[in-house]
Amino acid sequence: MKFGVVIFPGSNCDHDTHHVLKSVLGQETVFFWHQDTDLQDVDTVILPGGFAYGDYLRCGAIAKFSPILESVRQHAQEGKLVVGICNGFQILQEAGLLPGVMLRNAGLKFVCRHVWLRTENNQTPFTNACQEGQVLKIPIAHNEGNFFISKQELAELQANQQIIFRYSDAQGDVIPEANPNGSMDSIAGVVNRQGNVMGMMPHPERASEALLSSEDGRFIFNSIINRVH
Amino acid sequence: MEITLDLIESHGLTTEEYEQIRKRLGREPNLTELGIFSVMWSEHCSYKSSRLHLKKLPTQGPQVLQGPGENAGVIDIGDGLAAVFKMESHNHPSFIEPFEGAATGVGGIIRDIFTMGARPIALLNSLRFGPLEDTANQLIMEGVVAGIAGYGNCIGIPTVGGEIQFQETYSHNPLVNVFCLGIAAADEIFLAQASGVGNALIYVGAKTGRDGIHGVTMASEEFSEDAESKRPNVQVGDPFMEKLLLEACLEAMKTGAVVGIQDMGGAGLTCSTCEMGSRGEVGVKIELARVPQREEKMTPYEIMLSESQERMLLVAEKERQEEVLEIFRKWDLDAVVIGEVSEGHDLTVYDQGSKIAQMPNKALSEEAPFYDRPAQRPAYLDELPRWQDLDFPEPSDYNTLLQEIVSSPHLCSRRWVFQQYDHMVQTNTAILPGSDAAVLRLKGTSSGLAVSLDGNSRYTYLDPRMGAMLAVAESCRNVVCCGARPLGATNCLNFGSPENPEVMWQFIESVEGIGQACEVFATPITGGNVSFYNETNGAAILPTPILGIVGKLEDLKQIRESSFQNVGDPVYLLGETRAELGGSAYLEHLGLPLSGPCPALDLNQEKALQDKLLDLIALEYIESAHDVSEGGLLLTLAECCFPRSLGLTMEASTPLRPDHYLLSESPSRIVVSVKKEKEEEFLKRVSDLDVHKLGEVTDEIFQVSVNEQSLISVPITRIFQVWNSFLDGVFEH
Repeated sequence: MKFGVVIFPGSNCDHDTHHVLKSVLGQETVFFWHQDTDLQDVDTVILPGGFAYGDYLRCGAIAKFSPILESVRQHAQEGKLVVGICNGFQILQEAGLLPGVMLRNAGLKFVCRHVWLRTENNQTPFTNACQEGQVLKIPIAHNEGNFFISKQELAELQANQQIIFRYSDAQGDVIPEANPNGSMDSIAGVVNRQGNVMGMMPHPERASEALLSSEDGRFIFNSIINRVH
Repeated sequence: MEITLDLIESHGLTTEEYEQIRKRLGREPNLTELGIFSVMWSEHCSYKSSRLHLKKLPTQGPQVLQGPGENAGVIDIGDGLAAVFKMESHNHPSFIEPFEGAATGVGGIIRDIFTMGARPIALLNSLRFGPLEDTANQLIMEGVVAGIAGYGNCIGIPTVGGEIQFQETYSHNPLVNVFCLGIAAADEIFLAQASGVGNALIYVGAKTGRDGIHGVTMASEEFSEDAESKRPNVQVGDPFMEKLLLEACLEAMKTGAVVGIQDMGGAGLTCSTCEMGSRGEVGVKIELARVPQREEKMTPYEIMLSESQERMLLVAEKERQEEVLEIFRKWDLDAVVIGEVSEGHDLTVYDQGSKIAQMPNKALSEEAPFYDRPAQRPAYLDELPRWQDLDFPEPSDYNTLLQEIVSSPHLCSRRWVFQQYDHMVQTNTAILPGSDAAVLRLKGTSSGLAVSLDGNSRYTYLDPRMGAMLAVAESCRNVVCCGARPLGATNCLNFGSPENPEVMWQFIESVEGIGQACEVFATPITGGNVSFYNETNGAAILPTPILGIVGKLEDLKQIRESSFQNVGDPVYLLGETRAELGGSAYLEHLGLPLSGPCPALDLNQEKALQDKLLDLIALEYIESAHDVSEGGLLLTLAECCFPRSLGLTMEASTPLRPDHYLLSESPSRIVVSVKKEKEEEFLKRVSDLDVHKLGEVTDEIFQVSVNEQSLISVPITRIFQVWNSFLDGVFEH
């Protein structure tokens, strides 16, 4: 299993993601610079969190023009796995690889805290190590994570089971009080129609070691590792 | 341009200082030179009122790799690693423009850390605002918090802790003190020194604009009603640019071609050139036409004095300069050779090839004037009311008292604040905000670092020396409660005008108090910052020295949080509770006048307590430890219960009036919960201390009895709710 983590100017979860994959989970992991176009032979490309290009103009709006995005698109078209975490999710939306857009959080403030996620679909390469309905404790840290999409497209996401995580309470009940940013339908993570590109606002790399209050993020990385082996 | 008296005065220089400039130059300065001298000789850059006294601080120790005088202090933390840290104020800019003022403060302290070759791993801050009942203060606080968040979150350095106090004195003079901690290889520390005649001076980062000209002069004056008109003096921060600069500088340093490096903070290009030359005992030559500029037709005066953010000055080996430039190009940053290290000891400035300024580096920096300002014990100290003379009845209902205390601005949860900060990025945050100290693990080792910032201006107003010692003691105690041993200190000293002898007296007393305490705790001061002229319309702030202590946690398995862990664990108070309510949050809450005396600290007793706790933690007797400070035992116990929604049954006996007992702020006290099966051994070990069994951890009710009288019985979740949501209520109305 080989992972590639993309560094955009302004990425800041690149090393955290690399650390979990390589040092905690023992996977072969390389960095890509945003101007690289050769994805070597990696199985999964991860676009990490951060503030690519300072999130100036709009989150992900400039990063989508980085040369590596064409290679990522190609990688996805070949059916290989692509993951966007937080800012990476926003970039994949801007690049048209994932549905929806991110509005500013309903509370108009940056929010950093642990949240609960209910696993809505465990039949994906990113969730196959989770039980159906399993509740994961993983932190968020964003200012623009308020998922928005047209009603028609939302219905399609629901019908195709593309919503894989929803914000819930600790018991797994998806209630408005558990939604930290106003996301439509409490959406925290989605996959594309083909099911090989995934984006999530919470940070699994921040919840993969016992020292850091939760290890639930490992379910996601282990799902990917299971799938490719 | 002729140098007139008006011009001298508008540069914040006295006529005596101008005479000195003439003497050092042996001639009249031109306007550019006058500007350069004025910023370098400002209080902010020259420390002219404080230098004499700061020398009294202990700065030595086997762990100290770099003491005061560089961009940041450095201590050895073992495993071949060094902790690089410093604290700085950005008070004046944050009052004028809260968001950008606070943001650029964060940007500045981060540059100080990576300039030393360290990767910044944590930010903390210490904030002071006026009372929240006033909307103007709410707006300042909201802006400051958003500014800190905006910068730290974007650049990817977690803001992991800090503290906030509210006091009328800060209504027109908020304090924003920011701290940054970085990690470097102990043998790869970079210094801000130029060396090697012929080596290249490389300017990197943002272009120079007209922003912030005379920012340091502004920070060296009191404010008057027209403070708002100074807004153009405040710079605008660009955390994205700084992120690129951080990565590029660390990459460039790895090449081995970088000889010295300094950030362009206050006093910009001027300060970085002459200070690097002065420290390296060499001359420095620069050509301003090569400086990347954002605006047209900037004069040499403006270029030299601009405080545009996110700029650095590097000295690189002449033959290898191309290697360094290439790295900055990769990060899309401007990097230009603007001059070179030269023979002699002067800073020489050219514009389009013609010499426009030449001054000795040392006259600008190390040999800037300093003063032994007159000091006089303030008259108010003889007129302070004594809290014992105040008439406040014992509360009739302690359940209500508890509810009120936990929902007071002084003592409520800071969640609303720290939730806006990314406190987890870099995945080292081993203790989330809200415990006694922040703890960062050190990847690749089994150890960690603990950091705490503390200061209580009510105490320092009542007794500047004792108050300063209490700040050092509390900061060390917080670090110790997490299981770490204090190793080093930094400070930020916020005071009024040093030209006021009473303020000067407060300052000197505080510095000496810090020195005394740091000696006892073996925490040398490795650097810091003085912020004078915190006055608006002639009224000085309460003296506010803030201490930052860094400690080492040898084994991450020994991290202790402040929260109770298990139902049934016995709870003990280590240390003696005396009737000490002077300067307390309780009296403040009751709206009573600030009254003395402030609590009394015995440094040796405190040190013995802290050493004992570290032993007890190493023996694995202790489940949790929480220091007792503002809000006394009552708040401490409630805070121990909150994180895990646990309760407590407490039965205490005391000769004091129960509210005095519960809310006293006697120092040198720690609440611990003890492993049940280790209780007997624990008691044997603490026989030489003042120890009181308070009760035991329960599963939901917070129950307090004093002298066999039941005072409080309430579900902890109800108290938690009011404590946790108070600031939401203030800001989200």
